Amino acid sequence: MELGIYSFGDVQRDPATRKLGSTAEATRNLLEAIKLADEVGLDYFGIGEHHTYEMPASAAPVILAAAASVTKTIRLGSAVSVISTDDPVRIFQQFATVSALSNGRAEITAGRGSSTESFPLFGYSLNDYDELYAEKLDLLLAVNAAERVTWSGKFRPALDDALVVPRPDSGSLPIWLGTGGNPQSSVRAALLGLPISYAIIGGQAARFAPLAELYRRAAQQVQLPGASVKVSVASPGFVGDDAKAAKDMWYGHWYEIMATVGKIRGFVPPSRAHFEHEANGGGALFVGGPEEIAERIVALHRSLGHMRQFFQMDVGQVPQKDFLHAIELLGTRVKPLVDAELAANPSKPEVGND
Amino acid sequence: MTSTISTVGILGAGRVGMALARQALKAGYDVKIATAKPPTEIALMVDLLAPGATSVSADTAARDSDVVILALPLGKYRTLHPENFAGQIVIDAMNYWAPTDGTIAEFEDEASSSEVVQRFLPDARVVRSLSHIGYHELEEQALPPGDPERQALALAGNDAEARRLVAGFIDRLGYDPFDAGELAAARNFDGGTPIFGGRMRLDEMRRLLGEAPLVGEAAE
Repeated sequence: MELGIYSFGDVQRDPATRKLGSTAEATRNLLEAIKLADEVGLDYFGIGEHHTYEMPASAAPVILAAAASVTKTIRLGSAVSVISTDDPVRIFQQFATVSALSNGRAEITAGRGSSTESFPLFGYSLNDYDELYAEKLDLLLAVNAAERVTWSGKFRPALDDALVVPRPDSGSLPIWLGTGGNPQSSVRAALLGLPISYAIIGGQAARFAPLAELYRRAAQQVQLPGASVKVSVASPGFVGDDAKAAKDMWYGHWYEIMATVGKIRGFVPPSRAHFEHEANGGGALFVGGPEEIAERIVALHRSLGHMRQFFQMDVGQVPQKDFLHAIELLGTRVKPLVDAELAANPSKPEVGND
Repeated sequence: MTSTISTVGILGAGRVGMALARQALKAGYDVKIATAKPPTEIALMVDLLAPGATSVSADTAARDSDVVILALPLGKYRTLHPENFAGQIVIDAMNYWAPTDGTIAEFEDEASSSEVVQRFLPDARVVRSLSHIGYHELEEQALPPGDPERQALALAGNDAEARRLVAGFIDRLGYDPFDAGELAAARNFDGGTPIFGGRMRLDEMRRLLGEAPLVGEAAE
């Protein structure tokens, strides 16, 4: 099973002055994190497009291109690319460039994104939210399928036998559909022949098992080849040497984010008791010591059969040194434990897909 | 006129609609789910995510249920057919979130979005509820009556009989109903209030929302 990291490129905070660090520093920190993740044997690093001061990773493929030149085996992707407000031709070209530079390690996860800053920034209207997403996804898949593209839609001029280059060595890029659990999205991924990536960021993680089953059943109905049917999971998480210390420390950073989002969307930030409920057992927050996190990943694998799980560790200004240490623990401690357990006791074949 | 609720119609088969369907099935209700699509198109989804519920057309779900829950994106409420809702008890679980849905002028004033929905469905008996708790929390935090940790869910509507029946429904879903009174009172538990996303027991909610009568205790 593949393990990895995803990040929105969070800025640092000076513990003495409480002032936020620079967005340029955050960008360099992200590159440092990807390099380490590769060195400790992790399989995947995803950058989630955001456009806020606290989360400034707006240009994922540029960072991934830099990462391509200082890493060897880790796969480099977006988590997610907000395709509704970008030009799919340009998204493809940029990731195809990363693919060329990394010898085929680039991937795209197409999504709507959970925040909407990119709409006014790039001149789109939230009233076109659904239509934009459907049309942009359609074009992205068209340019991925062939180097010459004939296509027309509502939100941009038509393409008539247009050449879209560079092309990846394998001809096309892996494109995942990212979803937060809307049932229609699981069906949509299957109908489009795409692998699916679930963002499980709260509640009990195993509640996504019926969605994964829905995705697989829908894929079966349209006779999607087995190799295209893949499930991955993105969830918040953090690994520390000591489980309790890791939870105590990470809670403060997670609370920071939840309070910020809560203020914008009008909900009350979660209590410590709520956090404990979700950061233990079957909860969606994978925060704890290496053994505990390995066990919880395997437990989720038994019900979801995902082939990859990757974690957002640096939320709410987690200090870079702690982020790096957690990456190291995920690669050197958690991954061997997960590999050993799944080798000794594989999940039932009907839920496994890797 | 409905005197008890046994059939629940849910409009919307997203995360909220499916979670409500499962919770209502668990409580022993007969559940119908509909979207704007033909029922055959959502059947697989419903079979896997809310086994036991029936996929029906939007017209059937609205007309042939004892209570209809609106769980579609609020921005699409004008796709509802008002004539289907005459006399119906309608629970409005939809929320207006400008940062994610875009700004919609008619929801920008002080009134609760449910008052706008009631104006669009003039003959429906609209009750605002199930709107201030997260969809997965609804399933994970339900508790039997009398449990000291049981949480409260607020409801508001202009029809007292509809409020009484919805209170009984909420009780069976696993929560203490709190009757906040007329529909306009819904603004006291919409987004931006301490109720929205906050977890509290009935006594705490009563402190925040005032001393309205506890109709749920009298409901079946």
